[in-house]
Amino acid sequence: METSPATPTAARQKVQSVVIRFAGDSGDGMQLLGDQFTRNSALVGNDIATLPDFPAEIRAPAGTREGVSGFQLQFSSLDIFTPGDDVDVLVAMNPAALVKNLPALRKGGLVVVNSDSFKTGDLTKARLEKSPLEDGTLDGYRVVEAPITVTTVRAVSEHGLNAKQADRCKNFFALGMMYWLYGRSMDSTVEHVKRKFKPPFSDANLAALRAGHDYAGTVELFQAVYEVPKAELRPGKYRNITGNAALALGLVAAADRSGLQIFYGTYPITPASDILHSLAPYKHFNVATYQAEDEIAAVCAAIGASYGGALGVTGTSGPGVALKAEAIGLAVITELPLVVVDVQRGGPSTGLPTKTEQADLMQAMYGRNGEAPMAVLCARSPSDCFEVALEACRIAITYMCPVMLLSDGYVANGAEPWAVPDVADLPRFAPAFRTDPEGFEPYSRDEATLARPWAVPGTPGLEHRIGGLEKQHLTGNVSYDPANHELMCRLRAEKIARIANELPPTRVDGDDSGVLVLGWGSTWGACRTAVQARRDAGQKVGHAHLRWLNPLPKDLGEVLKRYDRVLIPEMNLGQLSKIIRAEFLVDAVPLTKIQGLPFLTREIAEAIARLA
Amino acid sequence: MSTNPVYSKKDFSSDQMVRWCPGCGDYSILAQVQTAFADLGIPREKFAVIAGIGCSSRFPYYMQTYGFHTIHGRAPAFASGLKASRPDLSVWVVTGDGDSLSIGGNHLIHLFRRNVDVNVMLFNNRIYGLTKGQYSPTSEIGKRTKSSPMGSIDAPFNPLLLAIGSGCTYVSRSVDVFTKHLQESVKKMHAHKGTSFVEIYQNCNIFNDGAWAGFTDRGARDEKVLYLEDGQPLIWGKAQRHGFVTNGFGLAVIEVNTPEDEARVLRHDVSNKVLAQALAALDHAKGDPVPVGVFYVEDRPAYDELFQAQLREASEKNGKGDLQKLLNQGDTWVVS
Repeated sequence: METSPATPTAARQKVQSVVIRFAGDSGDGMQLLGDQFTRNSALVGNDIATLPDFPAEIRAPAGTREGVSGFQLQFSSLDIFTPGDDVDVLVAMNPAALVKNLPALRKGGLVVVNSDSFKTGDLTKARLEKSPLEDGTLDGYRVVEAPITVTTVRAVSEHGLNAKQADRCKNFFALGMMYWLYGRSMDSTVEHVKRKFKPPFSDANLAALRAGHDYAGTVELFQAVYEVPKAELRPGKYRNITGNAALALGLVAAADRSGLQIFYGTYPITPASDILHSLAPYKHFNVATYQAEDEIAAVCAAIGASYGGALGVTGTSGPGVALKAEAIGLAVITELPLVVVDVQRGGPSTGLPTKTEQADLMQAMYGRNGEAPMAVLCARSPSDCFEVALEACRIAITYMCPVMLLSDGYVANGAEPWAVPDVADLPRFAPAFRTDPEGFEPYSRDEATLARPWAVPGTPGLEHRIGGLEKQHLTGNVSYDPANHELMCRLRAEKIARIANELPPTRVDGDDSGVLVLGWGSTWGACRTAVQARRDAGQKVGHAHLRWLNPLPKDLGEVLKRYDRVLIPEMNLGQLSKIIRAEFLVDAVPLTKIQGLPFLTREIAEAIARLA
Repeated sequence: MSTNPVYSKKDFSSDQMVRWCPGCGDYSILAQVQTAFADLGIPREKFAVIAGIGCSSRFPYYMQTYGFHTIHGRAPAFASGLKASRPDLSVWVVTGDGDSLSIGGNHLIHLFRRNVDVNVMLFNNRIYGLTKGQYSPTSEIGKRTKSSPMGSIDAPFNPLLLAIGSGCTYVSRSVDVFTKHLQESVKKMHAHKGTSFVEIYQNCNIFNDGAWAGFTDRGARDEKVLYLEDGQPLIWGKAQRHGFVTNGFGLAVIEVNTPEDEARVLRHDVSNKVLAQALAALDHAKGDPVPVGVFYVEDRPAYDELFQAQLREASEKNGKGDLQKLLNQGDTWVVS
């Protein structure tokens, strides 16, 4: 039985959008459950946006609030840009997961609980005296109690698993229930289980999946069942993709379009490690990965590879960028191409490793000794990571400079549909290595870009020395001349500024007067949705979202002047606001949130409304 | 058909003024390396000399090769990335005791364990020179310097034991003023596949003059230095009358007077790690002889070869990657 029968759609209520959150122990397989439901939703043609939310500990003590792992997904027949503010359906595998996530559930929302996990011991672990199923906690919600553990164990009994193994199939039982609720074919998960698990675990998981589906139907678990029709996406081929996976593909594409080896030197760090995991199997795409002994060695090896004529890339998070700062400065002064990927997480120090934040902007802009200007750009959504990675590589090669690419935990782990690009439409940017010894000077410059020649070891007649001591203009010899130092500082700054010459004009959506919402990075979805909501309410609002943070688009100052007020939402204490104020003398209003969680749409909408 | 050009030492001298202090041991090392490079028979453009920070690390500026003066302690990391990506190059790391054993200790040991085919020349003068005279990680306990007026309380590293212990596959020692010996050391390092390491005893005549004089000065040299040759007896001294024999797990000294004595003397074996460790642990301050030459050699695949082999294997197995196909992979659907 390959195809799971879906419930007849006649009885189904059509809804536009649903926000569902799966929550359980970090060992309960909630991320897998969420991922499976997401893929399934994408395949039926819904637009999707996801927010995985998990603790830093691999397995915090079972049943505790600290160990709760969650996965939120919005799937919709509309074009959506966020995982949703309010949860419609909460699936809670234990009391800790229930009480921790209940505040996100809208009043009247549906909560599905595993009633087998509300015994006294379970309640104690969750620091509860009474069962929330009995003390009125769930008044005002629609509650479905299902004996998920017991029914799962019974369903998988014939597959010879021990008690612990049988228990671990219960996420598939819950998934089966949800597939029934939304009338889904289970084929995508059936295929996945067959591919990823070996017997008897594959058979047991499938038995649990079907048992959950059948159970929901047989006992008429839900008063109403739903269907979310297809979204009207632009025609094309789509796939569901996370930010880290898209970023990795962008780097692979850069190898293809530049003809260079991508040398990805890195040290494992949350939430950037998945880029390494994605890239490691792509060796036949001329992508080499190097797991260094530490963050510093990772960037140094990448620079070493760039020196040799590959494109060095290093991926990390904020703490790693701090360690790499000196080496990045060396790439600035030696004017070698380098891409530094910072998947930002909560800081300072170790901070909140698995949570999202945008507080590395100042570090990216200024976090080096001396005048060390660096190109900085950012990704606004999971699929945007592909384009941004490609662009970062192109700029690094074209301008012979290090480029910082800012992603964050939300973009990196979140997923959305991605319209797969046609490779022929992607830019080519093969570098012109210097080979001619005639008139060669290591620090001569291209007239337009100010890039210096890339003369790699092995080229006869171009033997020369570079390094971290100040360079003499043109010859590249060590120079302590005061005027030369100022000239070189200005040239390095001017080179980065000139990138703005090729940036497109700032795109503004919405009105050209009233309030401008100016965002950067992963706040894009929430900004866009909030601006739309306020415009629907009659307020004049425009939305501009920056991809390039250094240099800023040339027309940005003009754009800012058109508006009465400028609102800058960011997940930090106001870093872009400071830059915009300093750069343009504009009285920008910061809207800050620093909770390890992305903005809710309404938080931004309310701030816009206050500026009316 | 290419023939390698014939070079002289001059071909490896850059046009930059050498700015070490007059009398510095680095001058001799520079001259011996330039001389040795000219004899290696590889095109000049294939050399990449990578350095960190410190007096020794100015070395690349004076070599008419490709050169990269990087940041403090990290030269092995730059060299690893370069060599992994460009195995066709002859990559040399120039470093000092502070650069490689203090700030860069981590990168050095990881270079050794990976066995990247890079040649490391560690100029050991037991002092911080460029920062003007603080004690270094090879300074002896009790050393009085600007930063240790009552004497250093830090136990020093033994660079050779560190190298052997970290998995270095070629471990050797030479001396700045042993000109021929140093040239030969450089040539042998080049011939070895995998990380080749030489500790070069180097004199800092400004901040630590005479650190090695007890056995490098012409008078003392013949009596104190044990020249290691693979397969040859471990005998030293002007009269060649001292020899090593095994004593339990260690070494003992005997007087070598008769052919029978000589037959008892241990022969050097560069593949014997225990012997290499025993020789590396000898302490001149306790009256031991000072071995120079090759202590240890191990045949183990070089990292860069394995790195390249995986890249090749992936391409052979999967064919050259098709980007469009890759982008189209996964759970896809078409909206029409």
